[in-house]
Amino acid sequence: MTVESIFPRLEALLPKVQKPIQYVGGELNSTVKDWDSADVRWALMYPDAYEVGLPNQGVAILYEILNELPATLAERTYAVWPDLEALMRAEGIPQFTVDAHRPVRAFDVLGLSFSTELGYTNMLNALDLAGIPLLAVDRGDDDPIVLAGGHAAFNPEPIADFLDAAVLGDGEQIAIAISEVIREWKGEGSPGGRDELLMRLAESGGVYVPKFYDVDYHPDGRIKRVAPNRSDVPWRVHKHTVMDLDEWPYPKKPLVPLAETVHERFSVEIFRGCTRGCRFCQAGMITRPVRERSITTIGAMVENGIKESGFNEVGLLSLSSADHSEIGEVAKGLADRYEGTNTSLSLPSTRVDAFNIDLANEFSRNGRRSGLTFAPEGGSERMRRVINKMVTEEDLIRTVTTAYSQGWRQVKLYFMCGLPTETDEDVLGIADLAKKVIKAGREITGSRDIRCTVSIGGFVPKPHTPFQWASQADHETVDRRLKALRDSLRGDKNYGRAIGFRYHDGKPSIVEGLLSRGDRRVGAVIRAVWEGGGRFDGWSEHFSYERWMAAAEKSGIDVDWYTVREREENEVLPWDHLDAGLDREWLWQDWQEAVSGTEVEDCRWTPCYDCGVCPTMGTDIQIGPTGKKLLPLTVV
Amino acid sequence: MQRLRVRYAKRGRLRFTSHRDISRAVERAVRRAGIPVAYSAGFSPHPKISYAGAAPTGVASEAEYLEIGVTEPCEPGRIRDDLDGSLPPGLDVLDVVEATVGGLADRLEASEWDVRLPGADWELAETAVAKFLAAEAVEVERLTKKGPRRFDAREAVLRLEVPEGTDRTAAQVPGQSCVILRMVVRHVIPAVRPDDVLTGLRLVADFAPPVPPEVTRLAQGPLDASTGALADPLDLDRDITRGGEAGSAGEHVDG
Ligand code: SF4
Repeated sequence: MTVESIFPRLEALLPKVQKPIQYVGGELNSTVKDWDSADVRWALMYPDAYEVGLPNQGVAILYEILNELPATLAERTYAVWPDLEALMRAEGIPQFTVDAHRPVRAFDVLGLSFSTELGYTNMLNALDLAGIPLLAVDRGDDDPIVLAGGHAAFNPEPIADFLDAAVLGDGEQIAIAISEVIREWKGEGSPGGRDELLMRLAESGGVYVPKFYDVDYHPDGRIKRVAPNRSDVPWRVHKHTVMDLDEWPYPKKPLVPLAETVHERFSVEIFRGCTRGCRFCQAGMITRPVRERSITTIGAMVENGIKESGFNEVGLLSLSSADHSEIGEVAKGLADRYEGTNTSLSLPSTRVDAFNIDLANEFSRNGRRSGLTFAPEGGSERMRRVINKMVTEEDLIRTVTTAYSQGWRQVKLYFMCGLPTETDEDVLGIADLAKKVIKAGREITGSRDIRCTVSIGGFVPKPHTPFQWASQADHETVDRRLKALRDSLRGDKNYGRAIGFRYHDGKPSIVEGLLSRGDRRVGAVIRAVWEGGGRFDGWSEHFSYERWMAAAEKSGIDVDWYTVREREENEVLPWDHLDAGLDREWLWQDWQEAVSGTEVEDCRWTPCYDCGVCPTMGTDIQIGPTGKKLLPLTVV
Repeated sequence: MQRLRVRYAKRGRLRFTSHRDISRAVERAVRRAGIPVAYSAGFSPHPKISYAGAAPTGVASEAEYLEIGVTEPCEPGRIRDDLDGSLPPGLDVLDVVEATVGGLADRLEASEWDVRLPGADWELAETAVAKFLAAEAVEVERLTKKGPRRFDAREAVLRLEVPEGTDRTAAQVPGQSCVILRMVVRHVIPAVRPDDVLTGLRLVADFAPPVPPEVTRLAQGPLDASTGALADPLDLDRDITRGGEAGSAGEHVDG
């Protein structure tokens, strides 16, 4: 079967839409393989606009790895903006890939990467535009396997009815394994149709096929049981963990967009996982244990990435980049190597300590010291003990004043509002903290030319964290506390003008909360929102709280029950059959310790406290130091 | 500081790049190619690359120009190959010369355009063109960033013709007719673009093509006012460079 490019038809529409370049593909290092050269064909989707989706590392890595396989091809597709969507619907043009402009429905797999739940409506829109039935049970042998990954896939239950399958954890090895299963099955003449293929995937224990599991409910609405409805399907599905990141130095050929995107840089993940144990942080919990890339591999990846892309900025990514065991050497080595080449280095790190400032100094050696970010997350020391963010007020003030004294003029402080056990005083404590920071900064610099910005958003309890049982604060409470905080900051004559205030109001967090901890019944809400025109829910100008609430009401879903309700210890949670490796008893105990304000250390530097991940997953902490150094590059 | 003048094309689907898209792509390509580009001084140094008269988003071109300042002498032929190899296909480097006297922008006096109108009627097009050319002035309105603006689209048009119909166009439905307009338009302020000429054709003769046109800039350069032909704007640099030191004469004051 040959598959025709829809480009000639699309091209006629492009002069009529905003930023047409995002739909044409042709990026440097993109790959177009001959359709017939491959047995297994993946369409990879980041369910948001191109400008957000293109820089996504997860998709970029899988795209490259899959295209390296001889009998597999992978192309990319993104959410189209409403202006093009309307034209595509009018002209009957289906959802397409940007690489060869092939219709998404012609592929074997549609792989979606969800970093946030707010991409769900975009997925439905893409399925609909592709001509793929929305419900998995309605799909036939001509439809692709719709497969979800990414952090949101750790609870895919709200979209379970729309998915054929989901995978948890690192995608590299499982994507290759899935390709292999499909290739074999197709090679045998696709016996038993898509159900047999899904069975083969499910049997492995590494791919979750929602329709092979039934959910029973108690009369009061709680889940009674989630159980496989076929023999040979495992009771629990496990996450995937790539060990030895040095063996997987991707991206090797970074995609370089023509269109402007949200991150214009070459990014290297310097490690995966984080065991600081911040209790609100789902990413930290589900990516354990810590696995570092070595300094040598990081150096080689940066060198190659700059050469292949021409980017003039390098980002060293991870959940807490200052924690890499040799980050000091990495920073110094890279700063030395690229001194005088107009290459800037960035390290997203919000650690509240002096070492973090040293790193920032190193990275800004040749440039301006504009802004530094620290994330105490909680306004009072009590609050910070609850969330296990071990920063004392003294630490924070000392760190920030050090930054001011070393020439940084602008400091950003990140906080959350609506944390478990939070009171109004905890949030107002943020104002005191900010004022103290400015006061101390003025004293040490003798200047009034210093600023701090308080940035705060609503907390959303997430699956697979100690707060998975917690009550989410309702949006009225969050908004009231935010308003009180703003008044306290604004009302202060002496400091008010030196302190900026940025906040997100509470309503979007409620929708995020519904989707994060929702079960299969929430799928009806997502569908109703999409049918009512919901798209691009991650964009404030497209998001409508009212639309979500109306859809919930229409679907008979009590949003409070999913969000503000606290769960009991033995309530079956919608994601309990999905295994992130964390021991449920440890999580519960950590939740109890949170409430009592007991802190837990980082297992990188103290003994293992048995969170369960390493023994369950057969993994280990992999950290340096290696003792190696980065040598200067011989040719620039 | 040596300056290199580059002619490049913007082809096929890459015609949808905006000017900003192109400048990012060129900066990255220059870095990938290892061209010793000069940087401006200051806190946020930027590479010394300047653009002359870029074609609008959606318009293809065989004749776009930019100038790169380099810190050490470069061989133009090598730069052409390296830069072309570092740009995505569709942004294609056609010619590189070493800059000599004068500004490049000053030499770009007019452009020749090819405008393809799939599905348009050839006879109606002919009539409209005749009427447009016969008019003294054709006032058109265009939405600019500062709001609607009215100006004459006629005077800047030096040549406008409808060659025999052809069927070569990307967006065309097979078997459907396609009218081609060729025009030479002087660079004036405000700029008169092929779109404005099409607006003019609609105003004078109600000629309105059914789908958006496909526009390509074929050339831009110095104008021979008597023949209406466009010369290659890089020829002067090439002649001077070939002719040895002659080029310096314009810059140095003798005696
Ligand atoms: S099992 Fe132990 S060592 Fe492994 S991540 Fe958990 S606490 Fe750390």
